[in-house]
Amino acid sequence: MAVSLGSYLTVSAILLVLGVFGIFLNRKNIIVIMMSIELILLAVNINLVAFSAALGDLAGQVFAMFVLTVAAAESAIGLAIIVVYFRNRGSIEVEDVTLMKG
Amino acid sequence: MIIHAFFWLFSAILLGSATMVVTSRNPVHSVLFLIVAFINASALFVISGAEFLAMILVVVYVGAVAVLFLFVVMMLDVDFVALREGFQRYAPVGGIVGVILFLELAGVLIGWQFAPDAPALRLAQTPTNITNTGAIGDVIYTHYILLFQMAGLILLVAMVGAIVLTHRQTGKARRQNIARQQQRQVADTLEVLKLRTGAGVIETGGIYRPKPEPALLPAHHEEGEH
Repeated sequence: MAVSLGSYLTVSAILLVLGVFGIFLNRKNIIVIMMSIELILLAVNINLVAFSAALGDLAGQVFAMFVLTVAAAESAIGLAIIVVYFRNRGSIEVEDVTLMKG
Repeated sequence: MIIHAFFWLFSAILLGSATMVVTSRNPVHSVLFLIVAFINASALFVISGAEFLAMILVVVYVGAVAVLFLFVVMMLDVDFVALREGFQRYAPVGGIVGVILFLELAGVLIGWQFAPDAPALRLAQTPTNITNTGAIGDVIYTHYILLFQMAGLILLVAMVGAIVLTHRQTGKARRQNIARQQQRQVADTLEVLKLRTGAGVIETGGIYRPKPEPALLPAHHEEGEH
């Protein structure tokens, strides 16, 4: 028999918590923060696929594909911004980013 | 059951490598553990029957996104030790937030159930007589064609945006000068040689011989030439 839905949900809940924990832990390193965001999105995708398999509804997998697309676009743009910021400031510390502070 | 054993094996590796992603000292190690996490997640997708998404995950994440991260981590000359400051300071508050979040999610996990009419609300019921890839293709090229094309548009915009953001003109590049290229004559660059009777083409140096172009070379290095 197939793996139960609860197992998938447990794994993805732990993965999401790890991603959130990573954001707090690496407050200064924006690259690791982006990797944590990728982990959170991966947890969301595992949820979508697990529900799609449990319900027999393909829309979940299609939605997971769109999440994947947006995550790829987000990381490409985010890393480009990091590269430009590093070129201008010589540092990627999140706490230095106060240029737009009012 | 062997499938359960494999599920928990992949899950354990996934969660372990995710932990290493967030706690690792070296960001390069973080990226490599991220790749391990994605591969194990795609194994979980295979177990749940979503083979196409599993392969997409490997291709897109391991092949593109993780390598992009690796490029950026290795390209930027960042003092990563300085970025580790405050690691211990932020760990307790992060742990507290994580525990609270996990308890809330555990509450949801214990108490949830499907709505009675959930099977009737399915948007695209999984067909049984076709592969997963074929079934997804049947759905995204019909019902979700607009969203599919918008996803492509989002990727295009992201690509253009990333290029525009990171591209810079240094003046060192040898650019195409169309006017010069159009004005080029055969007589300027090649000389036609008379061949002696009985001599080979190779001994004479060929019928056409490229002329040295002293006048052309400095022009390529002119800066601001567009």
